[in-house]
Amino acid sequence: MDRTLSFFETPSSPGQKGARAWLLTTDHKRIGLMYLWVVLFWFFLGACLGLLLRTQLMSVNHLLLSAQTYNAAFTLHGVIMIFLFVIPAIPAILGNFLVPLQIGANDVFFPRLNLLSWYLYVAGGLLAMVALFTKGAPDTGWTFYVPFSVATQTGVTLSVFAVFVLGLSSMLTGLNFITTVHRLRAKGLGWLQLPLFTWSVYATAWVQLLATPIIAVTLLLIIVERLFNVGLFDPAKGGDPLMYQHLFWMYSHPAVYIMILPAMGIISEIFPVFSRKSIFGYKAIVAATMGIAILGSLVWAHHMFVSGISDMAVLVFSFLTFLVAVPSAVKVFNWVSTMYRGSIYMAPPFFFALCFVFLFTLGGLTGLVQGAAGPNVHIHDTHFIVGHFHFVMFGGTGFAFLAGLHFWWPKLFGRLYDFKKAYAGAVLLTAGFVMHYFPMFILGLKGMPRRYYTYLPEFWPLNFFEGIGAYIMMSGLALLFFNLLRSFRGPRLAADDPWGATTLEWRTSSPPPLENFATEPEVDAYPYDFSALARKAKAAVKI
Amino acid sequence: MHANTDNEGSRLGMWLFLYTEIMLFGGLFVLYAVYYNRYPGEFSAAGRELELAKGALNTGLLLLSSFTAAASIETLRKGAKRAALGLLGSTVLLGLVFLFNKYLEWSHKFAHDIFPGSDTLLKGPKGETVFYGLYFTLTGLHALHVFLGCAVLSACWVLVLKGRVTGERMNLLENTGLYWHLVDIVWIFLFPLFYLIL
Repeated sequence: MDRTLSFFETPSSPGQKGARAWLLTTDHKRIGLMYLWVVLFWFFLGACLGLLLRTQLMSVNHLLLSAQTYNAAFTLHGVIMIFLFVIPAIPAILGNFLVPLQIGANDVFFPRLNLLSWYLYVAGGLLAMVALFTKGAPDTGWTFYVPFSVATQTGVTLSVFAVFVLGLSSMLTGLNFITTVHRLRAKGLGWLQLPLFTWSVYATAWVQLLATPIIAVTLLLIIVERLFNVGLFDPAKGGDPLMYQHLFWMYSHPAVYIMILPAMGIISEIFPVFSRKSIFGYKAIVAATMGIAILGSLVWAHHMFVSGISDMAVLVFSFLTFLVAVPSAVKVFNWVSTMYRGSIYMAPPFFFALCFVFLFTLGGLTGLVQGAAGPNVHIHDTHFIVGHFHFVMFGGTGFAFLAGLHFWWPKLFGRLYDFKKAYAGAVLLTAGFVMHYFPMFILGLKGMPRRYYTYLPEFWPLNFFEGIGAYIMMSGLALLFFNLLRSFRGPRLAADDPWGATTLEWRTSSPPPLENFATEPEVDAYPYDFSALARKAKAAVKI
Repeated sequence: MHANTDNEGSRLGMWLFLYTEIMLFGGLFVLYAVYYNRYPGEFSAAGRELELAKGALNTGLLLLSSFTAAASIETLRKGAKRAALGLLGSTVLLGLVFLFNKYLEWSHKFAHDIFPGSDTLLKGPKGETVFYGLYFTLTGLHALHVFLGCAVLSACWVLVLKGRVTGERMNLLENTGLYWHLVDIVWIFLFPLFYLIL
């Protein structure tokens, strides 16, 4: 068979060669892959920092890091993982690569802006590193709370500016995706025929667009305070430090939905494919996705229950927090119901998706414990919080990212990986994960605070146990990425649709040609209709 | 790369960008609302200290510049390139006069020892310190936007002159016009919030 040339062989403008073909490309697929490598680099760095923190906490007395270094290490771990990994990972890598494919478009609407976003992302990361080596690593935690962030001598100004640049990149990506989904859908592809991953990236894009400017201005204010001493957050000058927290969380809470919504989109793609059954409640998932995007913007102050806001505000925000749990729960029920009477076909992506549902549900339920006004006072700023957000951010978004990477790897590179190693890696990762993060709930309830370089001796056994979990987890991650990278040794042999999926990205070759589709794809009335596949399978059996 | 001929799409992108600008200023407006609620008397006392005449003049200048920006787009659409260039040029000029005016206002305040962290402000009532903190931050951020707007408008002027932006291909100019109107409308809110508080 005559294979169409993939985008790897054709640069986006004729005549580009070698590195130029990548660095000056406007092809959304190449840009997606460039994001992949940079994001993975930061993820690796962030994970190593995390492991360092855990190693420190494995013993009470023999300190690996000084208190100041420990503060710098957890700040860096947070900043890298949040701003350089979790926020961009799914939208910028998989969203970039797949949204145009899923809607039958040639590219995103603003291809050059897309490339600019990548450069801003890279520049933001580099700036953060420059800040680290010139003025000393910031020790404020990733939240940059005033007054400390204004007073500390470490390189906060430059780090905050780096985050500002990263925010700009994320915002422009969001702008690009919204315009793309509005203007570039293939003929006949209506809103309620869009694949759910595209829907979730679209909802995320709105949150990116509307929430990011708030953190942009908040971070600008920190810079202004540090340079000009205006005093907008300084009580001595009539300001109020609490307002910083409000502004910060007005972005940063919606930002956790920037992190989780695309993850939910991936899971919504994987469940129907491996259950060979249409997704349960397509419209409910769409409504829940948009509902989370809207409600998620109204719950920010639940990070501030003990900061001195009024009881009335606590009750209102607590109520809203419980409300936002509803659409998330709707999705979990939808995924689980999709499997009911389906024809389950087990493969690594599906295994990751199942782990996701388990871990995300645990993370979500512990979130409700914190959302309730009473218990929140008890567990605020303890390891319970650390456990909770690692369950949702890593157990949720991280696992969904891995699921998506394993699901679309053949589409990205035209190569399949070894299933056995993928399973083994996934089991190690999940087991290590639970060992690592679950004890944090217990420690938190017992009162172990977060962000301290040491702790009371009675917390030692569980901390030591967590450390072992962390090492198991890292070995799982290492195995998974080793396995994925090893697939590059073989030729590009993956089928166009190795999983028997139905959405448009599987109708083109793996990897896709330069402008995505050799012939314009035919759009189905419904994206998760497996009847044609079932007929084909039946016909094959008869022969 | 596909040729981007979908004007409506690029307009949509521009509108989305304008939303982000509104949210950017929105964060500061939230601060204003909270602090005004806390110090209403001191805010209006400090507001009376500002130079109303200069503020009003600047409002007039920006409104006029919005008109010339819109008019330049319409004249270019009708093919009158010279008139369009004149109108566009006067938009930039009005913007620059606005900035100059703002500079005079700020330096007056500086001369009276009113600037962030100055002794007069530190000794005065807290509400006034916050008022001036917001005043300098918000008008400063706005001035930055006026400056950027002038830069982009000047770039458009050159492109119109060179015939790269014409009546048939005026996407860039139209979007720049939208941006300029945003800069204008932000000022329309800033003016009463700082100069006209009762």
